[in-house]
Amino acid sequence: MDLEFDARYDEFRAQVRDFLDKHRPTPFGGLASGKREDRVAWLSLLIEHGYWARTIPKEFGGYGAAPDLLETVIMDEEFNRAGVPRGMNAQGPAMLVPTLLNHGSDEQRRRWIGPTMRGEIIWCQGYSEPGSGSDLASLQTSASEDGDDFLINGQKIWTSTADVAQMCFLLVRTEPDAKKHEGISYILLPMDTPGIDVQPLQTMAGSIGENSFNQVFFSDVRVPRSNVVGHRGEGWKIANTTLKHERNSLNANAEGTLMRLARLMTEETINGVPAMASPIYRDRLMALQARAFSMKHHGMRMLTCSLKGEPPGVAGLIVKLQNCQLNFDMAALALDVMGELGALYDHSKYERERGYWQAHSIFSLGLIIGGGTAQIQKNIIAERGLGLPREPKPQKA
Amino acid sequence: MDFGLSEDQLLLEQTVRSFLADQVPIERVRELRDADCPNDRAIWTALAELGITGILVPEAQGGSALSLLDAALVSQALGHAATPAPFLSSAVMASVALREAGGSDAEAWLGGIASGEQVFGVAVTELFSVREEAGVRLDAGKLGGKVMMAIDAHGADFVLVVVDAETLAIVKTDAPGVGIERLPTVDATRCTAEVVLDGVTPEAVLQDAGRAIERMLQAGRIALAADALGACESMVEQAVAYAQVRRQFDRVIGSFQAVKHMCSEMIAEVEPTRSLLWYAAHSFDTLPDETPLLACHVLSHVSEIARDIASVATQVHGGIGWTDEQNLHFWFKRIATARHLLGGPEILRDQAARLQGYAPAA
Repeated sequence: MDLEFDARYDEFRAQVRDFLDKHRPTPFGGLASGKREDRVAWLSLLIEHGYWARTIPKEFGGYGAAPDLLETVIMDEEFNRAGVPRGMNAQGPAMLVPTLLNHGSDEQRRRWIGPTMRGEIIWCQGYSEPGSGSDLASLQTSASEDGDDFLINGQKIWTSTADVAQMCFLLVRTEPDAKKHEGISYILLPMDTPGIDVQPLQTMAGSIGENSFNQVFFSDVRVPRSNVVGHRGEGWKIANTTLKHERNSLNANAEGTLMRLARLMTEETINGVPAMASPIYRDRLMALQARAFSMKHHGMRMLTCSLKGEPPGVAGLIVKLQNCQLNFDMAALALDVMGELGALYDHSKYERERGYWQAHSIFSLGLIIGGGTAQIQKNIIAERGLGLPREPKPQKA
Repeated sequence: MDFGLSEDQLLLEQTVRSFLADQVPIERVRELRDADCPNDRAIWTALAELGITGILVPEAQGGSALSLLDAALVSQALGHAATPAPFLSSAVMASVALREAGGSDAEAWLGGIASGEQVFGVAVTELFSVREEAGVRLDAGKLGGKVMMAIDAHGADFVLVVVDAETLAIVKTDAPGVGIERLPTVDATRCTAEVVLDGVTPEAVLQDAGRAIERMLQAGRIALAADALGACESMVEQAVAYAQVRRQFDRVIGSFQAVKHMCSEMIAEVEPTRSLLWYAAHSFDTLPDETPLLACHVLSHVSEIARDIASVATQVHGGIGWTDEQNLHFWFKRIATARHLLGGPEILRDQAARLQGYAPAA
């Protein structure tokens, strides 16, 4: 156990702090709220200083530094502390870019990575379909050959930001006669192509939050065959790289949420007495704090595995499951503390923290399901982590 | 930055685990449950040869002066094997208390602990829970009163008695006026006793020992958490192994999602808790300001996950898990007893809240 950072990182931390001191307040609050010019200017400035796209090669529009996980940790810590977004939390940078770095052609990398990291292009992810959720590989949206193009027909669902995106990275079935995992291709599609219809999908979150969900319908949508990433029929393998990135990105700041909950319990009064004075609420808070501590230190353990290049094994597979449930349970205590006022929403009079805890509860529930449901996570933990056998396939009738 | 175990720690863990698998298999534990005292001295002597009995004793007194994280790994191994041994009382709690109290009166006892020749029980229950009007008085040099559920006091040579928050006394178990009666619990692998003191002249009285008592309790809680977590690990391993061989409906039961998910839920609790345990144990030697809170949290959290795991791992075994023959109950009962030995979850969480100013100080 050595929890000290090497001295050379102190200098790096000082640089980051210095940068943040000079650039506050930032002009960019998030994907939905900011103006495009502000977003692009801010992200470009971050790339110039190496705080975003840090390890992406210069020729593809990045800063070109060698990967160093501790630098990433320091940047995240300092930006979080300052309350400044380090880059843009969106599917292009988080999922498409790592996929292109792994599987894209040089032409694709040069064309897409830079503009995506600078926020000039917003992407959406076309994976799930109404009939293909947990069993994603059964997807039916088809791409049939037509000269040098594919013609895409079908429907995608849960497509965040499809309403604002210029591009979509999409899984389609290109080889209808192949086995289900081997007939899928990963393809890049401009959203202004004729034949695409985006319909908003209202979620239970209602008016709160930036997350816009959509359904996307494709009728004879024409896309060049050269827009396939990797080889035809390899889309499943390529998508799995991306899904891994999605699961890694679901690392929540449980300790920060716990502190916010503790503050709420100090300030919220019941019958004139702070909730914190109640041994019942306090007991629940302390049980959650122990869980939050566990996940925090578990994160440090997982980070160490990454630093050493050691596979974390089953200890890594449980992170998404545990973090998502912990977040939901923290929101549940907050709502209980607020009692009958906890249900207030939608800028209602007397609403606490602008509905933060209702939103946190609803979005935590979404994350328990999204990116692989809790039940799928438990299958993965049991099969890949504990070596239990897969469920036998049902006999075909 | 390296959040993990060192090569030496992995070796220590491996050494103790193979020793226990070899020398104290569950069949031996089974024999010991019928003994007058399950804390078998032969096992303790063998552990002394491995340097385990003096793991927290300074080198000057013949110990190996390792860290509490090292001791936690040993404790975890003992829980994993459900080994009866006075490790928690003698090698952890008494060692820490006497080392922290310092001075020749205290340190004189550490050599005997390190060599394994002298075994200490600890009588600390009334620090956090008074029942049956228990309590100890020190009056004109004589000890009177009684202590409930003293850990490993039965079969020990000495008992370290908490007189009050600032005072410790060392009592020889065969001194005049000392009555030690084993209080059998469901757990046959741990010796708990009632200690009755009637005009007893202690071997030593350690005054101004407030910090020593607090540190002893913190170390004990972390080591006990490690023990219960080790027992959890063993139960999960046994459940997963059973699910891979037991067949019903023409399939191994581990291929059913219902069973798979039980196993996943157990391991999903064990792994982050292991990380918390490492950090809490590490803090004891390097970040002592953080330890009081961490010691409460790690033991209360382990206690909560352990009760579920003990139940679910047994359920994975079905009816056979509920039999004496299957042996699973040794771990189930060790977990059940550990839950309240140094303060149950509610007591620990209350203390955690007080430590942060969330509740008025007691």
